[in-house]
Amino acid sequence: MKVRKIVVLCAVAVAVIFLSGQVMAEPVTINWWHAMKGARGKVVDTMIKAFNDSQSEYVVVGTYKGNYDETVNAGVAAYRARKQPHILQSFEVGTQTMMLSGAIYPVYKLMKDEGYNIDWKGYLQPVLSYYMNANGDLMSMPFNSSTPVMYYNVDLFKKAGLPMLDKETPITWDELGEITAKLLKSGVPGGMVTGWQSWTQVENYSAIHNIPFASKANGYEGLDCELLINNPKVVNHIAMLKDWFDDKRFVYGGQKYQGPKAEFIAQNVGVYIDSLSAIAKLKAGVKDFKWDVAPLPVESWMKNPQNSIIGGASLWVFKGHDKKDYKGVAAFLKHLSKPEMQIYWHKQTGYFPITLAAYEQLKKEGYYDEQPYQEVGVKQLTRRDPTIISRGLRLGYFIQIRNIINEELELVWNGKKTPQEAMDSAAARSNKQLREFEKTYQ
Amino acid sequence: MVEKTPILDTLTYIFLIVGILIVGFPIIYAVIATTLPIEDVSRVPMPLIPGDQFLVNMKTAWTEGDLGIHLLNSFIMATGITLGKIIVSLFGAFSIVYFDYRLRTVAFVSVFCTLMLPVEVRILPTYEMAANLLGPFQGLWDLLHLDGVASWIAGHDIEVTLEWSLLDSYTGLIMPLVASATCTFLFRQFFLTIPEELCEAAKMDGASAMTFFRKILLPLSKTNIAALVVIEFVYGWNQYLWPLLITTNPKMMTAVIGLQNLIPAADDLPYWNVALGGALIVMLPPILVVLFMQRWFVKGLVEREK
Amino acid sequence: MIKRSVFTSRTLPYLLILPQIVVTLTFFYWPAVQGLMQSVMRSDPFGGHSKFIWFDNFITLFTDPLYMKSIGITLLFSASVAAVSISLGLFIATMANRALKAKAVVRMMLIWPYAVAPAISGILWLFLLHPSYGVVSYAIRNWLHIDWNPVLWGSDAIFMVIMASAWKEISYNFVFFIAGMQAIPKSLIEAASIDGASPFRRFWTITLPLLSPTLFFVTVMNIIYSFFETFGVIHTMTQGGPGGATNILVYKVYQDGFIGLNLGASSSQSVVLMTLIIIITVLQFKYVEKKVQYTG
Repeated sequence: MKVRKIVVLCAVAVAVIFLSGQVMAEPVTINWWHAMKGARGKVVDTMIKAFNDSQSEYVVVGTYKGNYDETVNAGVAAYRARKQPHILQSFEVGTQTMMLSGAIYPVYKLMKDEGYNIDWKGYLQPVLSYYMNANGDLMSMPFNSSTPVMYYNVDLFKKAGLPMLDKETPITWDELGEITAKLLKSGVPGGMVTGWQSWTQVENYSAIHNIPFASKANGYEGLDCELLINNPKVVNHIAMLKDWFDDKRFVYGGQKYQGPKAEFIAQNVGVYIDSLSAIAKLKAGVKDFKWDVAPLPVESWMKNPQNSIIGGASLWVFKGHDKKDYKGVAAFLKHLSKPEMQIYWHKQTGYFPITLAAYEQLKKEGYYDEQPYQEVGVKQLTRRDPTIISRGLRLGYFIQIRNIINEELELVWNGKKTPQEAMDSAAARSNKQLREFEKTYQ
Repeated sequence: MVEKTPILDTLTYIFLIVGILIVGFPIIYAVIATTLPIEDVSRVPMPLIPGDQFLVNMKTAWTEGDLGIHLLNSFIMATGITLGKIIVSLFGAFSIVYFDYRLRTVAFVSVFCTLMLPVEVRILPTYEMAANLLGPFQGLWDLLHLDGVASWIAGHDIEVTLEWSLLDSYTGLIMPLVASATCTFLFRQFFLTIPEELCEAAKMDGASAMTFFRKILLPLSKTNIAALVVIEFVYGWNQYLWPLLITTNPKMMTAVIGLQNLIPAADDLPYWNVALGGALIVMLPPILVVLFMQRWFVKGLVEREK
Repeated sequence: MIKRSVFTSRTLPYLLILPQIVVTLTFFYWPAVQGLMQSVMRSDPFGGHSKFIWFDNFITLFTDPLYMKSIGITLLFSASVAAVSISLGLFIATMANRALKAKAVVRMMLIWPYAVAPAISGILWLFLLHPSYGVVSYAIRNWLHIDWNPVLWGSDAIFMVIMASAWKEISYNFVFFIAGMQAIPKSLIEAASIDGASPFRRFWTITLPLLSPTLFFVTVMNIIYSFFETFGVIHTMTQGGPGGATNILVYKVYQDGFIGLNLGASSSQSVVLMTLIIIITVLQFKYVEKKVQYTG
């Protein structure tokens, strides 16, 4: 009797397990490797959770793989070992390498194949243009995009008798020269400081003034491009900064570990040029003075300044996974571009909302009325349609090139080279890198 | 010392105190930083008076950095590397010093060369190796078209994938780092200082090689083993680049990596107080090992006094 | 190798060394061979386009004046770090060895920096020396009135990374020197002092020679350390800057391979780096080991 009972119970148990296994099919895991740590990592986790909670077919697993370099490297190593994730976040400088790799599934194609009819015009064009191929098709999904803006210390300005800066109309570089001189006169140890000097002072300077950074439309149109940064306009700008360096109107704060930001927070300088993602840090770190945001200065000879270009990273989809996985990947990308997600991302981190829908809604909500400085970046980015040389940069070995430009600029600041020598040298060294890169893909 | 040298003694103590201060200053400063709230720690210069946020910052560091599980992983990894390296090299050095065989020099040199290329420099190929240990065999298999042979034998199509992945595993964290010759080198140096008479005497007593190893070499090596336990544990604990690549799963990450999540990068809020708090926690286990083991060398040494 | 008494056995030595050889072949030689192959190819990071190009990568390296500069910086940096940490390590160990009463405490206070990861050491020192927010930097600039700016001046940056690297290594050397010193039989020292030798003479004629195997080991390890493990220090403090002043060879390999994803360039640099260190070590073994006294 007892034995029979046990056997029946076991049979029932097995049946239940077997049947439930059929009913509740295992959700498919989708791996996303990213470089968002700390606070931004938490925001990412929330967005992932929202997707996972909204359906049961797919589970997205986000993993922090280190900073941008480390994340891309992990992706490369994994791909070579055939263990690549589905989605990889790669910084903007890696765009050319990712595009030519033969390892990716272009986003526009993915969305089309999965049946999504996306109106790409509903996205902020200057953000998309960085990640499009020459035909205007989107290769990767922009995720965190920022642009440089100019922060200034309101209290120090008032003390020096300076007016507040407009949030839409940029001042000229000459005016900035006068402002910093007045700041120094009023007792501030330094005038301005800049972060990411290659991005802000060379790349963005060129874009805003519609100066080509490299030939072949900044590299979009061919691998046989060359750097053109040793042109008179850019060299003049660097020379001007060097003059300012000599009389302390420009202070060099280094590249990493918050040197520039620390100088601004310590009120050692009155003006600070950096990515708009610094807003969050200033909000938390600055307690004893008021600050505000203005667009980057423009040369007086540039009557209609172009847009600034973005920095940040985008999401690339790797080939080599099952077809059913890609359905989930596409659904996840769609989820990320929903207005609620975009608005949440923008509010938490300051990075741009990529869709016009999200932008319009934020405006309607009055978000920008409460926090007008959040809109400075967007306005600067969208003030004019991008030209073929202000839409972005598409260069191979761009990381090395940026490092080269940084090194050469440092040699200008510490007096070892003249601006012309440095820019010539930077162009020559970078061109070597470009030729190496070109040969690799022939 | 034997004679009285008061001046030299005082100087000795002065130098020592200065040395200790210089050595200790960065840590003292870091400890102070962890007691301050963020506004104070971002101030320039940072105030030198400790605040009251120590426990708060420590707790934040622990939870934000998920330090609990990371510390466990680091512990397993470091212990594995320590045991692995010491055991493998005790045998290896014994073989090289106490036997004369044709391949002896080749073995020593080839093992010694591993000192020349630390893991940072061979990282991509080593990763591929660890991702699929049977990779080279797969290459060979494909080259020889053995799929065809297998299919013919079985009577239907067979495709063989040889795969043994070490990713996200303790083995993967530990094994590739065992392939370095520091311990072998040290043991070799040490074994070379052991008087020949001991070996001769053992041979005359009819002892086998392994008995000599167990009863004479090992006890004599106690100090060196203690020192190497310290060195290898610290080495294993402080690994950065390798664990980062080989682990995807956040539950497999080690403490030094988990710490990087706390260190403010160029784009983050300068939460140095929390970051340094985390750093202190992560630094602690190897420091404790060092402090605990150092007494052991002394003990071992006193016994050695001839 | 020096002639010594050995055991005779056919298979035992092979068995004993087998584990080490297996691990070394799998995780060192095979990847090293692949790295060598990479160095004579031009490839894209994903492995899709690889071309054999003979020694082009090496030619590019040696015709690049900045690469030669990097070799110079590396040699200077290693020599400085080794010199500073060996001499200070030996000095402090000697002092600690004399301090009979407080020996254990003193040792404890000096040993622990060794346990700190290079990257963490870099961060600690950066936090102290950064021109924008470091307290020591503040002191140097405001009290000593020196324009200390490692973010701008190459020489300041080199000084900073040497300090952060040597700080840790002094501790490592100290451990070995102290252990070595304590292995010196007290009877020898006593005999010498009875013969009238002063502490200094005892140091030079007895301690130092008996310490020579340790000194040799420590020198080799220090040079290897400063060539490779200081990577963490450079990575956290200066990233090779400013203006390339602290761009040591191992960091350049990382920059080109890991960050720049130029595998051919970084593999060829690894090969050069490896050759350099092999030469240095072989030279050390050939000329210096002769002077080392083993029997004791």
